[in-house]
This record gives sequence, C-alpha cells and structure tokens, in this order.
Amino acid sequence: MLNDFINQFWPATIDGLAFGSIYALIALGYTMVYGVLRLINFAHSEVFMIGTFGAMFVPFVLGINSALTGIALVGVIIAMILAGMLASAGTAIALEQIAYRPLRKRGASRLAALISAIGASIFLQELFALLVIPEVFNRPQQGRIQMGLPRLMERTELFSIFGHSVRVDQVLVIVAAIGMMIALDALVNRTKIGRGIRATAQNPEAAVLMGVDINKIVRMTFLIGGGMAGVAGALYLISYENTNYYIGFLFGIKAFTAAVLGGIGNLRGALVGGVMLGLVENYGAIFFGSDWKHVISFTILVLVLMFRPTGILGESLQQARA
Amino acid sequence: MNQKNSLAGIRHRLGQYGDNMHDRWLNTPGWQRWILYVALIIGALLLPSESIGGFMSPYTDWASILFFPIGTYVVLAIGLNVVVGQAGLLDLGFVAFYAVGGYAMALIGTKLGWNFWLILVVGIGICALSGITLGGPTLRLRGDYLAIVTLGFGEIIRITARNTDAIGGPNGIRGIPHPPSIDELNIFGVDVYELLGVKIFKYGVLDPRPYYYLLVALAVIVIILVKRWEKSRVGRAWAAIREDEDAAEVMGVPTFRFKMLAFAIGASIGGAMGVLWASKVISLNPNDFQFLLSATILAAVVMGGAGNLPGVMLGAFVVAWLPERFRGLQEYRMLIFGAVLVALMIFRPEGLLPSRQRKAELKEGTGGMGTLGAEVPGPESRGEEVASK
Repeated sequence: MLNDFINQFWPATIDGLAFGSIYALIALGYTMVYGVLRLINFAHSEVFMIGTFGAMFVPFVLGINSALTGIALVGVIIAMILAGMLASAGTAIALEQIAYRPLRKRGASRLAALISAIGASIFLQELFALLVIPEVFNRPQQGRIQMGLPRLMERTELFSIFGHSVRVDQVLVIVAAIGMMIALDALVNRTKIGRGIRATAQNPEAAVLMGVDINKIVRMTFLIGGGMAGVAGALYLISYENTNYYIGFLFGIKAFTAAVLGGIGNLRGALVGGVMLGLVENYGAIFFGSDWKHVISFTILVLVLMFRPTGILGESLQQARA
Repeated sequence: MNQKNSLAGIRHRLGQYGDNMHDRWLNTPGWQRWILYVALIIGALLLPSESIGGFMSPYTDWASILFFPIGTYVVLAIGLNVVVGQAGLLDLGFVAFYAVGGYAMALIGTKLGWNFWLILVVGIGICALSGITLGGPTLRLRGDYLAIVTLGFGEIIRITARNTDAIGGPNGIRGIPHPPSIDELNIFGVDVYELLGVKIFKYGVLDPRPYYYLLVALAVIVIILVKRWEKSRVGRAWAAIREDEDAAEVMGVPTFRFKMLAFAIGASIGGAMGVLWASKVISLNPNDFQFLLSATILAAVVMGGAGNLPGVMLGAFVVAWLPERFRGLQEYRMLIFGAVLVALMIFRPEGLLPSRQRKAELKEGTGGMGTLGAEVPGPESRGEEVASK
C-alpha cells in the first residue's frame, strides 16, 4: 500500500495539480457570484460545459485532424481559449439577464433563485444534447454520446521529476491557470471595476450610495466568472480531449467544493481549494482506487465544513455572514 | 411599466381570492371538512380509471405513471416539504434517503427474505437513523453550506452503492420480492375482487393499481401525521427556526434538536416511499437515484409553494405529470421542463399555492434562506410594491 503510494506519488501530484487548476478556475465563478449575490450559481457548471464546446468549435471549423506544431499550434490553442471564454461568458451574461435579474429586481428568496438556476441548468444541458451537438457539430442522433477532440498537440515529455515524466499539456494547464489567477487578482484588487465588485460584496446598499452601478457590477461578475470557466473548459478539452453535454455536473460540484474548501467569496481561496481538492482526491485514489475519488472529495468537504466552516482562508470578499 | 403594474395587480387579486377561500375553509365546521377529505381520498382511489387516463396520459399506461412518477413524487415532496418548507433547511440530497429505503427493501427482501411489512418498518427506522447520522454533524451548518453538504451526501450514497459489489455494484439488485398478496378476498360470501373489478390486494407484475392503492394509503397516513406535526409545538418550533434561527434559539427553542427531528421525519418519509417503490420494480440500480431526482423533487416543493401541503402536492403532480403528458414532444420535454422552472420562478416565485405565512415571510425577506444579496429596491420594484397596496 505504502509502496504504491511512493510509486505513484509524482504522477498523482501532477495530475492533481492539473485537475486542481481546472477546479480552481471554475470555482472562481462560484466564489465571485456568491460573494456579490450570496447565490449558488448552480448553472455555472453548464457555463463550463459550454466553454468546452466553444473551444471544440475552433478545430471543428478549421477541420483539423492531425497534430500541429509551432505557430499553428499556439494560434489554435489561443483561439480555442478565446472561443471558450466567449461562449462561456456569453452564457453567463445571458443567465444573469434571463434567470436571475428578474428575481433580483423583485427581491425574491434565494431558494427561488436556486430553483431558477437548476431549471436553467437542465435547459442548457438538454439544449446541447438535442440541438447544439447534433446541428452545430453535425452529429445527428449522437447528442448524448461523448465527443472526442482530435489530438492537437503531441504529448511529448517536457521534463521529468524523479523519473516520472511531465507532459506538455499538463504544464500548459497549470501555467495557463496560474496566469489567469494572477490577472484576475490584479483585476479585482487594482482596477475600478474590481473595487466596485469588492464594495458590492461588502455592503450593496452602501455601494449604491457611493455611486456604484450594481447592475453593471453584477454583469461584470458574471462575465469574469464565465470567462474563467471558459478558460477552464478550453484547457480541459486540450488536455483530456473529450467532452459531453453532461460534463458540467461533476465538475460543477467539485468546483463548488473547492470554493467552499478555500473559503467561499475568497478568490485566493478558490485557488488553494481547487489545488488541494485535486491533489487530495488523486492521492486518495491511490489508496482506495479511482472509483472512490468522488466519495473522497465529498467526505473532505463534509469534514472541512464541520471543523472550519469558513474554509481554509476564510470568507474575505464579503463580510462575515449572520 | 404599465403592463407590469397590471400584471402585479392580477397577481394580487388572485392572491386575495386565495386568502378568502382559505378563510372560508378555516370557518367550515369539522364534519364538512371530513366529507371533503373522504371525497378526496375516494377521488384519489378512482383516479386510475381508463376514462381519466385517456386524457391525462395518451402515450403511456396511466395507472403505471400514477404510481411512478406521480404518486412517488407526491410522497417524496411531502417528505422534503417537512425539511425545506417547514424547517427551512435546504436539502439537495433528498434522493439519498429514498435510495436507502429502496436498498433496504432490496437487500433485506432478497437476502433475508423478510416480509414486506416488516421491511417497511425496519426501512423507515434505518432511514430515520441515516437522517440523524447525516444531520448530526451537518445541521450546525446553515443555508448554502447545508445545501452543498447534503448534495455531497446524496452523491456519496449513489457512488458508494455503485462501487460496492456486495450490494450489486453498478448492476444493482434483481428479484426484489413483492408485498404478500391476498389471492382471494371474500367478505360475507361476497367476492370483493369480483365486485370491484380490481384485485386490490394482489401484488403482481401486471397490474400497477394495487401498488397505487398502497401508495394512496401511505400518502394519507403521511399527510395526517405531517399535518398534526405542523399544528403542534413541533411545527411552531420549525416555523420559528425557519424565520430566524438565532431568535428562536434565544427564545428557548432547542433548534438543533428540532432540526434533527425535521431531518429524521423527512428521511423516514423518503425511505418509506423507497421501500414501497422497490417492492414494485423488481430490480433497482444506483442510477435510479440521480441528483436530478433530488432537484426535481425540490423543484416540485418550491414550485407548489414550500410549506403549504396542498400546494406541494400540486407542484409534485405537475412536475411529474407534465413530462409524461407531453411525451409527444419526445426528447424535448426535459428542455421544456427546465424553461418552465425558470419562467415560473420569474413570474411566480412564491409557488403556485403559497401559504399566507410563507408569502408574508418572503415579502420580508426572511423564510429560511433570506433574499439575494446586492438587491437594493430600484424604481421598478417600488412600482410593483405600490401596485400591490
């Protein structure tokens, strides 16, 4: 048992970091929306799903079937990330406009918003399974079947740690995720919009009195969160090369777990929570087998909530809640 | 703006009409109410007839869908309503208890060969226990945290069932026994089966109606119990917790114990339904207990008007029946269901038949989960307020 662990420690670490980065990017969307609206944006999982399909659209349109190299590869990857961001951010904005804004205007209960989110989530899944995948991606009758991406990037070894190879795509995921985090951190802490977001999270009424346009801030929050989920979708697709209409569900729950683990409402917490979740579930999988991966992460969530309900880094985007 | 006001006006008038009806109902003498109750039960028993089924479900066997999903959803929604509607605890993993009940029936029935009625009692016990086991550590959490933990618990149960070969793994369990049948029923020399045209106590594979009658009996018992609890000290404590947990605690309500009780009761109802369902279906597998079922039941509760029993039952009926009725639209029914949920929350967030107390709570922004943050009344929402005055 212990031998297994020592043998598989480094592969599990790398895999955990790659998965954790994706969790962290999705978790940002949850954490930002929660920080500002106190709402579990349940449909955020579908925002991620749409991001993977947005990224899928680029190689599909270009008709790429074989691995690329050099400038072409870099160009396609950037285009995929941008397409993923565009699709996800657009979805997130539409969600806010259609599903949440009317509720917010009336001051409806958070329960109603949650149901609305669940409804939107079902709607988007079915929309992709029934219309988008068969029509746009030209796969009639196969809307519910997993869709693969042709290999874009040769999985060459970049370097090795203690004899275990680290592949290019894994490094790409981790580096890109860290880059996005740094950019987001700067955006929230250094810019005017970021200040508006923080102010709204702390006290919406005071923010309004200080001249913050709440609707604009909420829209920006959804836009940024959606964009991050789009990046996560594109990175996941490039690295794991498949997606389906249902992929958002598990990633959504995991990412929410990550957000709570790090302290919901806390942007750096999302990073810490995501990476920790990715690592722990991969280490746990060594001991218990990969079938139990999901059980491990939920158990950890329950334990963290029992002993440190505000998460590892605490809730900082907002005030302490009543 | 103008149109919005008139919409709000219509909604307001409708609400007032509902309140008047409710007042009149409260003033009716007891015996009249009992007549209505009995009429409702008889109506429920007559539901599986062909003439109603022809309209209600042209595509599938009406009596079968009356048992599942309609009847099952109604009982589950009543159970979840105790937790969500009355105690104000958001539970996203209710399907876990239904699964525990189903697996209890399947395992004990196939391995030990016990009688259905005995398993029903034991299953309810097991589910109450699992409700307490889950509630113990998690009920100190509030709102969204509780929601996500219960969601996690629901998934843990399903994945554990899938990964444990001792209980069938992904294939589930086959050959679950039916409840014991009574093959012939003679009262004073009259063959009751002949008289009714239905073998009401013969639990076979072909006729779903006996199971449906059993379900109606279960539903009636559950409704009576839940109604009694709601009117008692327990129900008042739940309402207090729902409205303001801190205030309730300060007033001397042992909130944790009452929340546990709500969880255990909700779990028992879900579990009882699980046992009954498993006794009909012969085989079950972990995929019968997806998160979507939890979400659907929760949608039913909120859509009908959380906290109000007739509303919740109506919501469950609508949620279960609409997709079956529109099977003509084939695959598009879930798409439409999702869109309907969103639209309903936009136009009638308090549900179809809200209770008056809940409506008032929602207006104040209390009621369990509170309102959304970042919501400052703008000119638009003020217009609506004026219209409703």
